Amino acid sequence: MGSESALFHLFGAIAIIASLLVIAQKNPIYSVLLLIASFGALSGLYVLLDAPFVAVIQIIVYAGAIMVLFLFVVMLLNAPHEDTEHDLEVHPLLRGGPLRAGALLAAALFVELTWALTKGGGESGGFPGAAVTSVAAIGRSLFTDYAFAFEVTSILILVAMVGAVVLARREPGTK
Amino acid sequence: MPVLNQYLILSAILFSIGTAGVFLRRNLITILLSIEIMLNAVNLTFVAFGRALGSADGQIIVFFVMTVAAAEAAVGLAIVIGLFRHRESLNPDSFTALKW
Repeated sequence: MGSESALFHLFGAIAIIASLLVIAQKNPIYSVLLLIASFGALSGLYVLLDAPFVAVIQIIVYAGAIMVLFLFVVMLLNAPHEDTEHDLEVHPLLRGGPLRAGALLAAALFVELTWALTKGGGESGGFPGAAVTSVAAIGRSLFTDYAFAFEVTSILILVAMVGAVVLARREPGTK
Repeated sequence: MPVLNQYLILSAILFSIGTAGVFLRRNLITILLSIEIMLNAVNLTFVAFGRALGSADGQIIVFFVMTVAAAEAAVGLAIVIGLFRHRESLNPDSFTALKW
């Protein structure tokens, strides 16, 4: 039990630090790579939560597919820096003005979320009951109770694919 | 053994980091990455609650969230490519015109 708690804190610390570094990087390529590290830590947390299926698709789909798509676009655009004038001398997180209000809003949101999420059932230690860990049980539920949502998902993916092709296409007249 | 509240607070921290990224950064790619951080924070909440309730629904919803995130990333990045082609910039402040 002690090792589980230690692992939770380790993975949680990696996720938080990597996410903080994601929004602190000037170069988006480093942001993408750090986000992959954060997703790896989240995958470990899913294992701790007895959800191996989610842990595996977190690695395969998020770290493997979505982040590669991001990396591909970052390298394709080849625009590493934020192109505001004083980007080079001032760190993007340390600019003054209305951005400070943004940081305050995020801090306020954190307080509100913590309050709202931990309001109910705070005293329950550990997790009661058995966990649903088998992929077979998840698949059975996915293809029976959630069959309609699953089919809608396939249409969503098709629409997104067609939309991405149309949006990123060069118009015939321009070069 | 970590309790539910610890997972929820971790998720709140990650969501706030993602929100701070959207508020503070002026780079379309980083903003999209911050949105991914927020989606993952919510996924962690779903899995933690699903584990606490002993049901598979949390994991199934995470499956759908990931699908929507993939679609969002594909369309969002296509829009970013289109915008970059027009203005040679990733700063959202340079896309304030409704028409060009």
